[in-house]
Amino acid sequence: MLEVNKVNVIFNPGTIHEKHALKDIDFVLNDGDFVTIIGSNGAGKSTLFNALSGSVEVSSGMIKNDGQIITYLKDYKRARFIGRLFQDPFQGTAPNLSIIQNLGLAYSRGKKQSLALAISRKDRQYFYDILKRLGLGLEQRMDTPVRLLSGGQRQALTLLMATIVTPSLLLLDEHTAALDPKTSIQIMELTEKIVKENNITTMMITHDIEDAFKYGNKTFVMNNGKIVFVLEGESRKSMKIEDVMKLYSTYNIALSDVNVLKQ
Amino acid sequence: MSLITIVGGIELGLIFSILSLGLYIAFRILDLPDLTVDGSFVTGLAISGVLAQQNHPYLGILMAVIGGSLAGIVTGLLHTKLKIQAILAGILTMTALYSINLIIMDEKPTVMFFGQKTIFSFFTGMFFVNGIDISKGLLLIIINILIVALMIYFLNTKIGLSLRATGDNEVMVRSSSINTDMMKIIGFGLTNALVALSAAIYVQYNQQGSYTVGNGMLVLSLASIIIGEALIGNKTILRNLIAIVLGSIVYRLALTYSFQMGLPSSYLKLFSALIVVFAIFLPQLKSIYQNYRKRVNHVRGQ
Repeated sequence: MLEVNKVNVIFNPGTIHEKHALKDIDFVLNDGDFVTIIGSNGAGKSTLFNALSGSVEVSSGMIKNDGQIITYLKDYKRARFIGRLFQDPFQGTAPNLSIIQNLGLAYSRGKKQSLALAISRKDRQYFYDILKRLGLGLEQRMDTPVRLLSGGQRQALTLLMATIVTPSLLLLDEHTAALDPKTSIQIMELTEKIVKENNITTMMITHDIEDAFKYGNKTFVMNNGKIVFVLEGESRKSMKIEDVMKLYSTYNIALSDVNVLKQ
Repeated sequence: MSLITIVGGIELGLIFSILSLGLYIAFRILDLPDLTVDGSFVTGLAISGVLAQQNHPYLGILMAVIGGSLAGIVTGLLHTKLKIQAILAGILTMTALYSINLIIMDEKPTVMFFGQKTIFSFFTGMFFVNGIDISKGLLLIIINILIVALMIYFLNTKIGLSLRATGDNEVMVRSSSINTDMMKIIGFGLTNALVALSAAIYVQYNQQGSYTVGNGMLVLSLASIIIGEALIGNKTILRNLIAIVLGSIVYRLALTYSFQMGLPSSYLKLFSALIVVFAIFLPQLKSIYQNYRKRVNHVRGQ
C-alpha cells in the first residue's frame, strides 16, 4: 500500500523563481492498483514521480510505502522496491554493457554488492527464459551491447529490468511516448501483462487519453500541482475523450499540444 | 638500438603499464579524469623508497598501494560528497600530496638505496638472453599478467559490473539501487592503488627516486593508453587491457629510440602532450576530410 500524505514540493523557495510544483498531494493506493495520470505540461506529474522515487526531496508531507516511511530515504535505496521507466529509452539501460549484464545488474537489485561473479550460469539460463517470454528474439542476442538495440527493444528490456525483482511500486513516465505506434502498443500490452501477473502497484503518466482509460483501474487528472480529479469505477468506464475535454474546459485546465492534436 | 637498451625500454614499459592500467579504471570505465595520479605516483614512490631504504622492500610495495588508494579515496570523497568537479578534486588532492610526499621522504627531494635489497634482488641473474639479464623483465611480465587477470575478474563481479555501469549510465545505476558515489570512490581508490604500485616498483627498479618525477604522469600514461588502443583496439576488456600494456611498451621503446637519436630528454613531456592532442584530434580530422570529399564529389556530380 502506498500512502501519500499532504506532500508539497517547492522549488527555489523564497526567491523570485519560486515554484510550488506539488500542492498538498494526498492519496492512497492499494496493492495492485494501476493508476493512469493525465494533465498538461507543468501540471506536476513528473515532479510527483520524482518525489515518490526520491530524486526530488519533498518540502513537506509524508510518503509511506508498505508501512515504511520513505519520505527522506535516498533515491538509490528506494530503488530496491520502486521501479521506474522514463520516456527516453536511452535512460534505463547502460549502453555499453550487454543485454545480459544489464539484466544482471537489475537482478542484483537490493542484494549486497560483492566480489562474486555478477552472472552465474544459473542466472544466464533464467535470463534466457525470461527474455524468450518477451517474444522479441532478444534471447538470441544476450551478449550484444544494448546500444545496438532499437528504442522499442530497449524499452522492453528496461521494463523487464524494472520488474525482474518484483517492485512494490512501478512508475511509468510516458514510457511509450518516444516509440512508433505499433511498438508503443506492443510495449503497453507487455506492461499490462507483467503488471497483472505480478500484481504490481503501478502509476503511469500518459498524454494519450485513450490509453489513460484503456489501462488501469483509476485515473488522476492533475493540474497546476494538484490532483483535481480521481476517476474510478463506473464513472471512469463511461468516460469518453469528449467528456475529458469538457472536464478540462470546465475547470479551465490548460491543454497541452498533444491533447489538442488528439481532437 | 642495442639489445640492452631494448630490454631496458621494455622493462620500463612493463612498469608504467601498471600506471596506465590504473588510469584505465578512472579514465575509460568511470569516464572521470583523475589528476590525483601525478601526486599519488610520488606517494607510492616515496613510501616504497623509504621502506626499501630500511630494508623492507615488500612491505614498501604493500604500504605504497595502501597509501595510493587512500589518496584516491580522498579525491573520490571530495568529488562525490563535497560535489567538487572531478578534475578540481584531483588537483586539490595532488597539491596536498606535495606536502605529504615530502614529509614521507623526510623533507629530502630524493631517496636512494643503491646496493640494498629490493623486490628484484631475488630475481637478478636467473635468466639470460645473449648475456643480458632478463630476469627483472620476466618478473614484471608475471606481475602484469596477474594484474590484468585480476582486473578482468574484478570487472565481471557484481561490484565490477556496477562500476562499469556507473560510467555508462549513472541514472540507470541509481535506479538499480546501487550507490554510485560509493562506486566512484572505489574507482578512484583502485586507480590510485595501481598508480602507487607502479611507482613503488619503479623506485625499487631504479634504486632511487626524486619527488618531482610525478609531474605529467597522467598525460604520459594517457599517451600509452591511446597508442595501445590505436594499435590493438578496445573491443573487449581483455583486448583493451592487453592493448594498454603493449601500448606502454611501444611508447617507452619509441622514447628510448628518440633519445638515442639525439632528442634531448627534456622534450619527453612535450611529446606526450602532443601525442594525446593528436590522438584526440585524429577522429575529427577524419570526418573533416570525409565531409570535404563528399562536397567535392557532389560538386563534380559524382
